[in-house]
Amino acid sequence: MDDQGLYAALVQRGMTRRSFLKFSTAMAAALALPVSYAPRIAEAVATAKRLPVIWVRAQTCGGNTESFLRAADPSISTMLLETLSIEYHESLLASAGAGTELTRTEAMARYPEGYVAVIEGAIPEGASGAYCLVGGRPVRDVAREVCDGALATIAVGSCAFDGGIAAANNALTDAKGVRGVVGDGTLITLPGCPMNVVNLTSVIVHYLTFHEWPPLDQRNRPLSVYGNLIHNECERRPHFEFGEFALSWGDEGAQRGWCLYKLGCKGPESMGNCPTARYGAGVSWNVRAGHGCVGCVMPDFWDQMGPAYKRLPAPVPFLPNVTTDMVGAAMVVGVGAAAGVHALGMGVRFKRRARNERREALAAAEGVAVAEAVDALPPDEVTADAAGTAPEGAPVVTPVADVPDPATAEGDSPTGAEVR
Amino acid sequence: MARITIDPITRIGGQLRVEAEIDAGRVSAAWSSATMFRGIETVLRGRDPRDAWLLAQRICGTCTGVHGLASVRAVEQALGITIPTNARLIRNILSGTVLVRDHVMTLYLASLPDWVDSSAAIRADPAATSTLASAQGAWPKSGSDYFKGVRDRLAAVVGSDQPGPFAPAWPGHPAYRLSPEQSLLLVAHALEALEWQRDFMRVLTLLGGKDTHPQTFLVGGMALVPPWGGPAVSQTRQHPQVPDHNAPIALSEEGITLMRGLVAGALAFVDQVLVPDTQLLLATFPEWAKIGTGPGSYLCNGEYPLDDGKDAARLFPAGHLTDGNLERSEPVSEASVGETVQHAWYAYGSGDESLLRPFEGETVPSYTGQVPLVQLSDGAKYSWVKAARLDGGVMEAGALARVLVAAANGQSEVRLTLGRQLTASGLAADAMRGTLGRSLARSIEAEVMTRKLDAWLWDLQSNLATGDVAVTSVERWDPASWPDEVEGWSLGEGPRGAVGHWLRIRDKVVDHYQVVDGSTWNTSPRDALGLPGPMEAALAGVAVADPARPVELLRVIHSFAPCAACAAHVLQPAGAGPIGRHQHAPEGTR
Repeated sequence: MDDQGLYAALVQRGMTRRSFLKFSTAMAAALALPVSYAPRIAEAVATAKRLPVIWVRAQTCGGNTESFLRAADPSISTMLLETLSIEYHESLLASAGAGTELTRTEAMARYPEGYVAVIEGAIPEGASGAYCLVGGRPVRDVAREVCDGALATIAVGSCAFDGGIAAANNALTDAKGVRGVVGDGTLITLPGCPMNVVNLTSVIVHYLTFHEWPPLDQRNRPLSVYGNLIHNECERRPHFEFGEFALSWGDEGAQRGWCLYKLGCKGPESMGNCPTARYGAGVSWNVRAGHGCVGCVMPDFWDQMGPAYKRLPAPVPFLPNVTTDMVGAAMVVGVGAAAGVHALGMGVRFKRRARNERREALAAAEGVAVAEAVDALPPDEVTADAAGTAPEGAPVVTPVADVPDPATAEGDSPTGAEVR
Repeated sequence: MARITIDPITRIGGQLRVEAEIDAGRVSAAWSSATMFRGIETVLRGRDPRDAWLLAQRICGTCTGVHGLASVRAVEQALGITIPTNARLIRNILSGTVLVRDHVMTLYLASLPDWVDSSAAIRADPAATSTLASAQGAWPKSGSDYFKGVRDRLAAVVGSDQPGPFAPAWPGHPAYRLSPEQSLLLVAHALEALEWQRDFMRVLTLLGGKDTHPQTFLVGGMALVPPWGGPAVSQTRQHPQVPDHNAPIALSEEGITLMRGLVAGALAFVDQVLVPDTQLLLATFPEWAKIGTGPGSYLCNGEYPLDDGKDAARLFPAGHLTDGNLERSEPVSEASVGETVQHAWYAYGSGDESLLRPFEGETVPSYTGQVPLVQLSDGAKYSWVKAARLDGGVMEAGALARVLVAAANGQSEVRLTLGRQLTASGLAADAMRGTLGRSLARSIEAEVMTRKLDAWLWDLQSNLATGDVAVTSVERWDPASWPDEVEGWSLGEGPRGAVGHWLRIRDKVVDHYQVVDGSTWNTSPRDALGLPGPMEAALAGVAVADPARPVELLRVIHSFAPCAACAAHVLQPAGAGPIGRHQHAPEGTR
């Protein structure tokens, strides 16, 4: 398409050329592509036929829909009018009741070449599905139907990723993430509570530009979004390196914008692009504002990443650039060694998980009393205590003996993506 | 007699189903059923109470932050914490921002499709629409070129085979009485509202660090970075964090200036778009001010504390009005709240008909309906929402309740705005209790709140500039300073109505948690006496022209801005041990 044609297409879609190219450049960055791809992205998005979307809400607070409504580039009205064709979304449709149901089934039939299914919220299996009914039917059945005919399913938010809050604490409804509940077609997951709309946009833009979905990790997360430690991109990272920590809320360190690691920030264990994507069209994110990360992008985060204000058990300064080093190390010395190095930082996490599993198994076998006895055992988070007594900012080495089997580490590690 | 079912109810939070009996063209009885349940209170058990707000906040992502705030307040009340003045101001600004945004979106995103036929809008004459817009006020987007652009964009979608959200529910239904030009004006404003809310919510992102689900609340205050030394006394006048003019630190001169600009934009949008559009609907559908009147009793828990005292005055004072008496406001007590599960899918050991106080609850979910659900069974259980009652009485909550209670309490800002908007619409105060009366109440609140947000931002800046930079209190941060067992609660208001959180902390962890939300009040099912909930009561008597296209019922339902995600909840027997693998506890307790 020549420049004139592209410009006309952009104007018709309610935007200026300038804003659109700005968006394309930002998208190239979000997708970890060279900036030279920006014109190609602009052209693809300006000329593509509207992508049909069927959006199903399950056990959700609606936060991901709200996040979607904050789309800035392209703006939300452009998304609704020109980029996407939202065939079904209970929060947006004018119709109601049976008419809405009909809209969904008709849309599914109308696109033999496929549509994009978006699932928001967890899918409850308990009580035969009665914990979430849409049009009187279990949302599980509705989601299966919709996902079966989809080009791809995008699971937005932590609840659709792995059950999220509805699955925390072994809650009552037997809530699950999308994976394993619907068929085995293409699945893209965007964990986060809520997902950042920039990431949803970038996935769609990738598809419109290259006619394929972005590369994913083994939990179906786009590598461009979830390939980096939040800690590594964090604007407060230099304070971490210099041993400058906020030690109490409102103290001098907190006021100076120092590292929140000692107040429980989970950035050193969480994979995501929050520091660079930010929220509110780039205006802020929680660490910038002054509160630590709670790890909401991570699997099972309500149970595994808390308590929010308890500092991580293992210090990370020992491996200043864990992710990039990991990749380099993997190339040089092989995957096994790399997993070992990586696991240094993660050792305690595995121990804690192992302890949880031990407790569960015991509780099942011998009743709660035994499990409580296990709780009464001395804590095995030795390194956390060691870190507590170490001099300010000094590196503490996790004993190598704690390194789990690399094979297990890769399969089970929340950050397993970069160990491959 | 015909029975109609609307499921799903669209344009709301959560999953809601409504069934109605139609007798001689009118609703004789209605049933409101929430069909989604998560059990978040169960998830909260065994947690560090300082973490509770993070989880409680996930009750709702639409009026985001409301339950997070209610939760930190309940914990602070339990532990006897007084928060700094700045924290109070920041919390007011945060939740006031959500209120204004939600009221605008309730009109344009949730309600408008019940009044406007978008297939009429694409027939509008742009020049005539421009004349109409100019008569409304000084809103700049009013040229005929602008409306032609919107009409053409809309026509390309509505006329295509992919109309999506822009497809009218029932094109040509006689209930859509607006002219094509009025329709185009309102649809154009709806598209503007979508863009406006995104920009305005940057206030929330600045103060909350995240949108949705702001993440800066702390038990004791807020986790925001104050300007180092304060902007007025700092030597360099520069914040230690690298200045980023596109993303200033919230509590810096630049940040507050940015927020004040966004609030000014909101003020213009509310005054020049939301208020005139609400008046346009009232002028076109005057009978709908009254149609859909609720039970006649109104509850406001009180919100937006105006000082730091324990019994602070509130912008919207607490109180309740009973049986249509709009003059006498009675006080509200935490102990007056009770819930029954006679018609909700839970079981009480002490009998489903009992009214249990939030602290005394004992409940297990017990689904007795069909799967798939074909029809709700009359006389039995039919919803995941419990019936919340105040001293046994049915109460309507929400903007209308707040405005009426504030007026009864002589709150001058509300009375002034109420008087002005009522005069403009030609309604008497007691004629605004129905469907469009609720919209009018929301536009009154939006007008009051946008002005208040600006005032609070000035207060905040003035404090920071004079060296008062405290935003949090850490005196009770350490769990060692907590009693072994303590109870706390908070009564406040969210955009959709009265919010109460109750919790018990035992052995440094949450032992019991209970939420009664605005939508719990409004969408509640029948109680043990068979009295319908407020929305059910409002639906009774509404005339339905065509039972196959019940747009009248949708108007009434959306006027409550119901949120089924907020409304459904569960509490657990007190004293049961922690469940699941979760075993987190504050340091030093294990």
